[in-house]
Amino acid sequence: MPGPHPGPPAGPPAGPPAAPVAGRTAAGPVVAARGLTKRYGDLAAVDGIDFEVAPGESFGLLGPNGAGKSTTMRMVGAVSARTAGDLTVLGMDPDRHGPTIRSQLGVVPQEDNLDTELTARDNLVVYGRYFGIPRAECRRRADELLEFAQLADRARTKVDELSGGMKRRLTIARALVNEPRLLMLDEPTTGLDPQARHILWDRLFRLKERGTTLVVTTHFMDEAEQLCERLVVVDHGRIMAEGSPADLIRRYASREVVELRFGADRNEEALARLAGLGDRHEVLPDRVLLYTADGEALLEQVAARALRPTTSLVRRGSLEDVFLRLTGRSLIE
Amino acid sequence: MSALYVAEHQLRGMRAYGWTVVVGGIGSPLLYLLGLGLGLATFIDTPVASGPHGPVDYVVFVAPALVATAAVTVATEEFTYTIMAGFKWRRLFWGINATPVEPRQIAGGLVLATLVRMVFTVAAYAVLALAFGALDRAWSVLVLPFVGVLGGLAFGLPLMAYSASITEDKGQFAAVQRFVFTPMFLFSGTFYPLSTLPVWLHWIGWVSPLWHASQLGRWLSYGESEPGWLLATHLVVLVGLAAAGWVLAARTFTRRLRA
Repeated sequence: MPGPHPGPPAGPPAGPPAAPVAGRTAAGPVVAARGLTKRYGDLAAVDGIDFEVAPGESFGLLGPNGAGKSTTMRMVGAVSARTAGDLTVLGMDPDRHGPTIRSQLGVVPQEDNLDTELTARDNLVVYGRYFGIPRAECRRRADELLEFAQLADRARTKVDELSGGMKRRLTIARALVNEPRLLMLDEPTTGLDPQARHILWDRLFRLKERGTTLVVTTHFMDEAEQLCERLVVVDHGRIMAEGSPADLIRRYASREVVELRFGADRNEEALARLAGLGDRHEVLPDRVLLYTADGEALLEQVAARALRPTTSLVRRGSLEDVFLRLTGRSLIE
Repeated sequence: MSALYVAEHQLRGMRAYGWTVVVGGIGSPLLYLLGLGLGLATFIDTPVASGPHGPVDYVVFVAPALVATAAVTVATEEFTYTIMAGFKWRRLFWGINATPVEPRQIAGGLVLATLVRMVFTVAAYAVLALAFGALDRAWSVLVLPFVGVLGGLAFGLPLMAYSASITEDKGQFAAVQRFVFTPMFLFSGTFYPLSTLPVWLHWIGWVSPLWHASQLGRWLSYGESEPGWLLATHLVVLVGLAAAGWVLAARTFTRRLRA
């Protein structure tokens, strides 16, 4: 719980006695999905995925829009019934213990749904009430969370008047009001400017340090690298690969990547003359990517072949390359 | 219990337009009672209705219908735009949906909050009607609000179910106002007995919650003579519409929030 007392979140609010005790043990996975499937008519939005999230872990779902990330989050959040497969959240089946599970989750949705007509503080108080938290306690937590979200000086500002980044931080603060055991964030920084993103990442990093379990969806590779210890790459409702960011890059990309631009019409033509350079290559509409362990050395070889790209760049291999390798497409289209 | 949290939140939100609620709740009856009671009534020589002790004033005839209309008007505001805002414009319901609160409890909380606004509006109306001498039996000021609220729910809950099913705003609410509320207001015995209309228009009254609520109110406030079976019909239609509307609304909320 954010506030002056560091450490893992306090015990969950008392749920109905029907909740199995297994949900309370720290040993089991926080989320376990096996063959998890969601179909809408003929369309399989989530097509049989397996994954587990351990307590204290920060786990990511990386994939383009429409890959099935949000649908997965809705099933884990116990607001959408699965079509097939097994799913346990905090040791419980969301179909049978929805309200008990939700009482221990914090959810940051893709689109803000704060009450824009209330003040920042009232938003937290009102939301806390939905978890059955007494009013006085809601107010105490609201003040603490506003501090954590760096919004203490905006407590009495109407949400309408807050910037995009502030609204996002308030939404995260709101998701923490019930001291959740699992915080789920759906595209947490989409639409924010770089500075606002970094402030937000910093806040999430602090939560991570306190041992809060995070599940994050994103289509930004830098976000996944910043926030996730382990992630799955998803596309068309299926898991393409799983591992830590560094691990995935090692397996599917290379340490360095050379980006060459020859001008739109000449990329294909140049490719013929690049043959044999680097471990592997990709041709994008606007550039050629060469995968290698040593970018500078490769660039010298390019120059030796008398190729004159209009621009050239050496960078580290990234999750973007992993995704490109796995799906043949870029993350952001 | 969870529905109470939703109602608490909604009522907090109503403060933003609290001024409209209060001015509308007191101003509208003042205008109607003055306009109809002092103005229009002076032109009406033939009595339109009578109680057990003979003909009653026009304003006495019209007051119970106005009380019911006030409740229906609140319903047309709270069960339309508020629902659309919750699902789509401000997306509040999706936020509540992520908490232990179930969709039907969200719907229930909205009904409770609307009920509070309705009771305030209708009670103010009844008290003003009493002050204007528009209630033949003074005690009816205590029961008239219940009939009005029942009329408001009989119209409002089916409307809520419809509103919850709308995903694109294409002016449906303006259409409801024009093609459902206004004809109902004008043709279901609000300002003159339904029997004044040609028989082929009577069906509007029969399907209108407003007519059933007005007739029940008249029976209470000045003793309009209605056979027992008809009074029972009024009650059954009102309760039936409200109950069916609630079942549909709760189901639509669940289907939409738990897709």
